[in-house]
Amino acid sequence: MPEYQNIFTQVQVRGAPEWGMDNENNMMEERAGRPGFSNLIGWLGNAQIGPIYLGATGVVSIACGVLWLNIIGFNMLAQVGWSIPEFIRQLFWLALEPPSPEYGLSMPPLNDGGWYIIASFFLLVSVLAWWVRSYQLAQMHKMGKHVAWAFASAIWLFLVLGLFRPILMGSWSEGVPYGIFPHLDWTTAFSIRYGNLYYNPFHCLSIVFLYGSVLLFAMHGATILAVSRFGGDRELEQIVDRGTATERAALFWRWTMGFNATMEGIHRWAWWFAVLTPITGGIGILLTGTVVDNWFIWAQEHHFAPTYLGDYGYEAYQGTGG
Amino acid sequence: MLPKWFDDWNAKNPTDVYRPAILVGVVGAAVVVAGLLVAYGQPWPTQSLQTGPRGTGMHVPDFVAVAARPDPTVAAYVSPPPVEPAPGEPTAGEAYENAEPLLASLPQSQYDRLVGAMREWTGIPDLLAGEENYQTVVARRMIQMTWLLNDAWSGHTNAYADDGTNAGVNCFTCHRGQPVPAGIWFDPGSTVKVMAGWGGVQNRVTMLSQFTSLPSDALQKYLVEGESIKVHDLESRVEGRASDPDYIAWQHTERTFSLMNYFSNSLGVNCVFCHNSRAFYDPGQVTPQWNNAMLAIQMVLEVNNDYLIPLGEVLPAERLGPLGDAPKIACMTCHKGYQRPMGGFDMISDWPELTAEIVAVGN
Repeated sequence: MPEYQNIFTQVQVRGAPEWGMDNENNMMEERAGRPGFSNLIGWLGNAQIGPIYLGATGVVSIACGVLWLNIIGFNMLAQVGWSIPEFIRQLFWLALEPPSPEYGLSMPPLNDGGWYIIASFFLLVSVLAWWVRSYQLAQMHKMGKHVAWAFASAIWLFLVLGLFRPILMGSWSEGVPYGIFPHLDWTTAFSIRYGNLYYNPFHCLSIVFLYGSVLLFAMHGATILAVSRFGGDRELEQIVDRGTATERAALFWRWTMGFNATMEGIHRWAWWFAVLTPITGGIGILLTGTVVDNWFIWAQEHHFAPTYLGDYGYEAYQGTGG
Repeated sequence: MLPKWFDDWNAKNPTDVYRPAILVGVVGAAVVVAGLLVAYGQPWPTQSLQTGPRGTGMHVPDFVAVAARPDPTVAAYVSPPPVEPAPGEPTAGEAYENAEPLLASLPQSQYDRLVGAMREWTGIPDLLAGEENYQTVVARRMIQMTWLLNDAWSGHTNAYADDGTNAGVNCFTCHRGQPVPAGIWFDPGSTVKVMAGWGGVQNRVTMLSQFTSLPSDALQKYLVEGESIKVHDLESRVEGRASDPDYIAWQHTERTFSLMNYFSNSLGVNCVFCHNSRAFYDPGQVTPQWNNAMLAIQMVLEVNNDYLIPLGEVLPAERLGPLGDAPKIACMTCHKGYQRPMGGFDMISDWPELTAEIVAVGN
């Protein structure tokens, strides 16, 4: 089989474990774990596992995340009478539901959403602490903060769903249940309740960017793999010192569709498509129930969806198949 | 074994036979499969029932083999031929000391035929045998219910009368030869005992939630308590906060969705049998079946509240639900998973005694 068709990384470079730098931030102090190597992991990425820099924010994040997960898990366990087999059997159906609507933004009883509020608080702290960590790590490495801001765009959608929109709606009950099937039930019910979310233009944009991200990822990944025999996988060098790999990749796309990104620009395309997915999605969710209550009617009013003139046409096709 | 010259030639001319073999095999198999599909058609053919204008994607698909399979319980239906009362024949009330009062004005031969059929239909051999037990009380109420269904609710039970097809219902429509019909339901109560509010009525695999994690109390709320099934605002913006007592939230939508799943499974149809799914709420885009279903909801509400729930005081404990409630009906009780119960078979033309309340007619 030709080497470039393999889905696994073909070259594993193996030397003494790399510890990274220890700069004025004294990063070495908080670096934990003895590094090791794994052939299996090497097929998918870098074979070296560890060390990890957790830092204060990392510890806070993991601790809060574990609390969040355990509150949900123990609630589910209590719901099945503390039976492990039932917990496993019904796991996909179980959930920690948000409070009933009548409690508004007040603290509900523990068994009617109270635990949900507590768990959500820990999830909020956990996610935000992890974001701070991603920012600080980039700072320590004197990197741009692109990863942190991309993560922030996902956090925006998360905050809209669990914090901003429930506050605007006046009730914590608008939050999303913590459960496998129940959160999908929420998604369906949310779309149906507000008159079909497919007619929400920001939902449309979010889908465009989501599918666009997938397309760009496939195009970019394929292009780089296709020119790696010419050194195309050394993308950073190719950005500043364009070689034959870049030339061929550029020509390929220009001759294919008349336009090509650059070795640098393609990463800006990918970053913005990815980041705009949750940003536009979050706007769409935030407007739902707060500004627009029926998206299909809204879409008809704004000439975004067609309006049937006159009869719907059932009589016209009945019995004739047309 | 092979001649030496062949082995020598082979050794000098190494050829990869496996790759061409795999290629030829794969392409050849694909050609054969494609040929078979063209010649014989696809092995699991489907059919579609169009339910809306073309271009809207409104159709109910089904496997041809499944759609052609009749309701297996229909075959057990018995319907003795009508009898002509002899001149001067006594009424049942005159002939029998313990004749069922509701049917007592029937001629004796017709009474015998009807009660005999009712015993077959319900699988209760001593039904209306004269002894005044709970079955007698229930049967009496069920006769009155059948009159109601065929008379006041003929808009639903005889929905296709305009097409010249008479349907109606009799005991067998629900009972199918069983003393307790299949497809009845009981109030499940709280599904998650340790939770209160919305967390306490869902997230369990129950028959009533159609094995989903949706609320299990949909039938109780909508088909007994008569709560509004509607969840949509009919303007693009409507004032309201989720904490308002009358605000219809996504939780209510889940309950409606649970009911709709029940409808769908009870009739063997999908959403677009009644709705254009892009605008579920829009009365301008629903199909005629939607009106029929709306009628059925009112019918089931009346039957449950006026006929079945009061029987809870009469029925023995083993016939009651986990919360001590009477068995109740809904779509599944008659439809049994089919669009038309009994395949739309005429259940009533030979049984005029069951079409409406019998007024004493002289013989």
